[in-house]
Amino acid sequence: MIDLTFTLNNHRETVNIDPETPLLWVLRDHFGLTGTKYSCGMGICGNCSVHINGKPQRSCTIPIKHVAGKEVLTIEGLGAKGLHPVQKVWDAEAVSQCGYCQPGQIMNAVALLKTNPRPSDADIDEAMNGVLCRCGTYQRIRKAIHTVAEEV
Amino acid sequence: MLPATAKLNRRQFLKLSSGSTAALILGFNWSLASCSESQESRSTFIPNAYLRIDHNGAVTIVMPRSEMGQKIFTSLPMILAEELEADWKKIRVVQGDLDQKFGSQTTGGSASVRTQYDIMRKAGATARTMLIQAAAEKWNVAETRCFAAAGAVHIKAGHQSLKYGSLVALAAALPVPHDVTLKDPADFRIIGKTHNSIDGLSKIDGSLKYGYDFHLPGMLTAVIARIPRYGASLKQVDDSASLLVPGVVEVVPVSAGVAVIAQNTSAALEGRKKLKLTWNKGQHETLSSQAIFKELHDALRQPGEIIRKDGDPSQARKAAARKLDLTFELPFLDHAPQEPNNCVAHIHEDICEVWAPTQNPGSAFRAASGVTGFKDTQIKIHTLRMGGAFGRRLQSDYVKDAVEVAQHIDVPVKVVRTRSEDIKNGFYRPATVHQVSVRLDASDKPLLWEHHLSGPANGWAPIITGGADELAYAIPHQQVSYVMTELPIPMGAWRSVAHTQNGFVNESMIDEIACSTGRDPLTFRRELLKNEPRHLGVLDLAADRSGWGSKLPEGQARGIAVHYSFQSYVAVVAEISLSTRGKLKVERITAAIDCGTVINPDGVHAQLEGGVIMGLTAALYGEITHKNGRVQQSNFHNYPLLTMAEMPVISTYIVKSTEPPTGAGEPPVPPTPPALMNAIAALTGKRITRLPLKNQLS
Ligand code: FES
Ligand code: FES
Repeated sequence: MIDLTFTLNNHRETVNIDPETPLLWVLRDHFGLTGTKYSCGMGICGNCSVHINGKPQRSCTIPIKHVAGKEVLTIEGLGAKGLHPVQKVWDAEAVSQCGYCQPGQIMNAVALLKTNPRPSDADIDEAMNGVLCRCGTYQRIRKAIHTVAEEV
Repeated sequence: MLPATAKLNRRQFLKLSSGSTAALILGFNWSLASCSESQESRSTFIPNAYLRIDHNGAVTIVMPRSEMGQKIFTSLPMILAEELEADWKKIRVVQGDLDQKFGSQTTGGSASVRTQYDIMRKAGATARTMLIQAAAEKWNVAETRCFAAAGAVHIKAGHQSLKYGSLVALAAALPVPHDVTLKDPADFRIIGKTHNSIDGLSKIDGSLKYGYDFHLPGMLTAVIARIPRYGASLKQVDDSASLLVPGVVEVVPVSAGVAVIAQNTSAALEGRKKLKLTWNKGQHETLSSQAIFKELHDALRQPGEIIRKDGDPSQARKAAARKLDLTFELPFLDHAPQEPNNCVAHIHEDICEVWAPTQNPGSAFRAASGVTGFKDTQIKIHTLRMGGAFGRRLQSDYVKDAVEVAQHIDVPVKVVRTRSEDIKNGFYRPATVHQVSVRLDASDKPLLWEHHLSGPANGWAPIITGGADELAYAIPHQQVSYVMTELPIPMGAWRSVAHTQNGFVNESMIDEIACSTGRDPLTFRRELLKNEPRHLGVLDLAADRSGWGSKLPEGQARGIAVHYSFQSYVAVVAEISLSTRGKLKVERITAAIDCGTVINPDGVHAQLEGGVIMGLTAALYGEITHKNGRVQQSNFHNYPLLTMAEMPVISTYIVKSTEPPTGAGEPPVPPTPPALMNAIAALTGKRITRLPLKNQLS
């Protein structure tokens, strides 16, 4: 158990924890931020995606010790000051079915649009490919990303 | 459609508020809605669903059904709001809990809209009638001079209006009317118009709590080291290292294995890693997919149970000029909802309380009762939201886990599964083997259809037979039969149940007849379906929108399929391409559905899109295999889901209909795999009879 400090949704936080604990469980169990979802636990599905220093990362495979001193943004932080434009379009286009994968989809889409404001279909395929959705909302996700790109 | 005036059963609605309360509350009986006769005989009527209108105009609907992404928390309130003439913005939905008195509260079979349409309409109309009556009394005018619209009662040709909220106290003092007038569907303004999900925002800002997210004060978390193979049992536990893991509280035996209870999830997982367990191998150590399929093929030598017999098959066999035989093999499938199974339980003072993401609170109740021996009000089942279900959460194995663990501690405990546990401990769609034999007459007209199938249904035939006996094609002689086998593997209902197997078999075989006799697969189907207008409706719509018959570039082809299930009709056209190196791409899917009156069109489109993708995933990759008595797959790397980059363009269409509404969740799945494989047959001449496709083309 050691003390680790990092920035979580713009707040400085310190936790006393086993440094090997995956970030996912720190977020969910220690901070109660359950918007970041567990689904595969092996870095395959992307449902646990958060931003670390602005980049999309799979929180289930990142030990908390690698996050020390870094900035973590979760779905809760993304919309903290009102919905992010990506979230607004997600709502308008009724992307979600069960919704379980959507926080991870949105975090990846936000990251994509930040570095590539007008992504092509191929760019979307590449950036979003590993984010799985058993309900099959991919077509709407693609459309929503294009819509955001057009609106901004 | 319903008659305009529906005679209401005397006890169909119960007023739960008196004139002194500032709310109008109507109770109605959800699960009995479709059998109101038996209700009459009950001495007391206790509702399990509620409509509440508050003095501020808020309309709350309490529903004892499960929302799992199919959006019934939006479509069902739309029906009620329509008749209530409510202001849609004022509608709220609250999850109702299980009330044992009402029997099944199962959500499945694409049945929610189909079975609750009438009662939702009547509930809304009853409240509307009472509110109009209240306004008429207040104004001292005849009710016929009043009408309801947008959450208020208005006077015809006048300027006065009263908001519902201001009328509830008066309305609550009135007797519940026995028969009320339902709206003319031509006047619908909510039903048939797309409405976004009532709870849509909570799904995109991370605030919606699913089962996995549910938390109670003082709650602990547990994971189970599960018995690794069918028939095995626990021999020895050494939990000393496990108990040293910081946060691990206790290690306890349960029927599924050994549970590690901890302060949090990561400690529980870490503690589980440190367990030293030895197992007795048990009697199924050699169980393998090879052996299972051999047994299913062998089983087909038995005559089995006949479930359909038309005409005179043996006569037709003699009269036939030509014969076509195919054998199909279909794999086990896991549901793999995005959220793995989990459940919270707390046993306190002879009460067992359960919070479960379940499609089937009744079965959760039985599981909890089975473990604890508690009865009736000693067990409380709370339904939580779920990240997909697809039939998996009809089972309550994960409820049993949680209640067993809860017996060991006096605080609430959440038992969670990892993905690997979830895939390896499924209630699978059974594998099946099908022998189909078709005889044609001298002019290549189908004369006889024989379908003999086998599967490990474990005593529950519908999970292998569904849809096999409903072939709609006009073939004069038909015989369908099945042989049921048993396996130590749990089986369950997978999205659209046995229609996935039999829809594939039927539509592949029909296609094979068309192809091998040189006829266009659409024209051939249309001829044999000429007396089936709703089949033809979806078939023509999908064919038309897909450009069926128009020329495609070299290396591309289309396939078509149509299937009826859960009282809805779906046709799918798949358009594929094959690279010179043999790489398949699904380019485009066109799907058309006829599900009667449509409540929320966008919800139906979403179900079509999702159902098609689930069908494609199964067709391309879906396969659970066994070796040495255990499931070989463990996560999405070896039980893959279709990904964004593999997505075809999906276009979905709805047949306009005034027939009663039917479901949309399951019917799009069955016709999708055969449409795809029929396209492959059209392009390559190769008939795929074994799923998944995997690398059969290379
Ligand atoms: S849960 Fe982290 S990638 Fe799947
Ligand atoms: S919306 Fe259900 S898993 Fe993506």
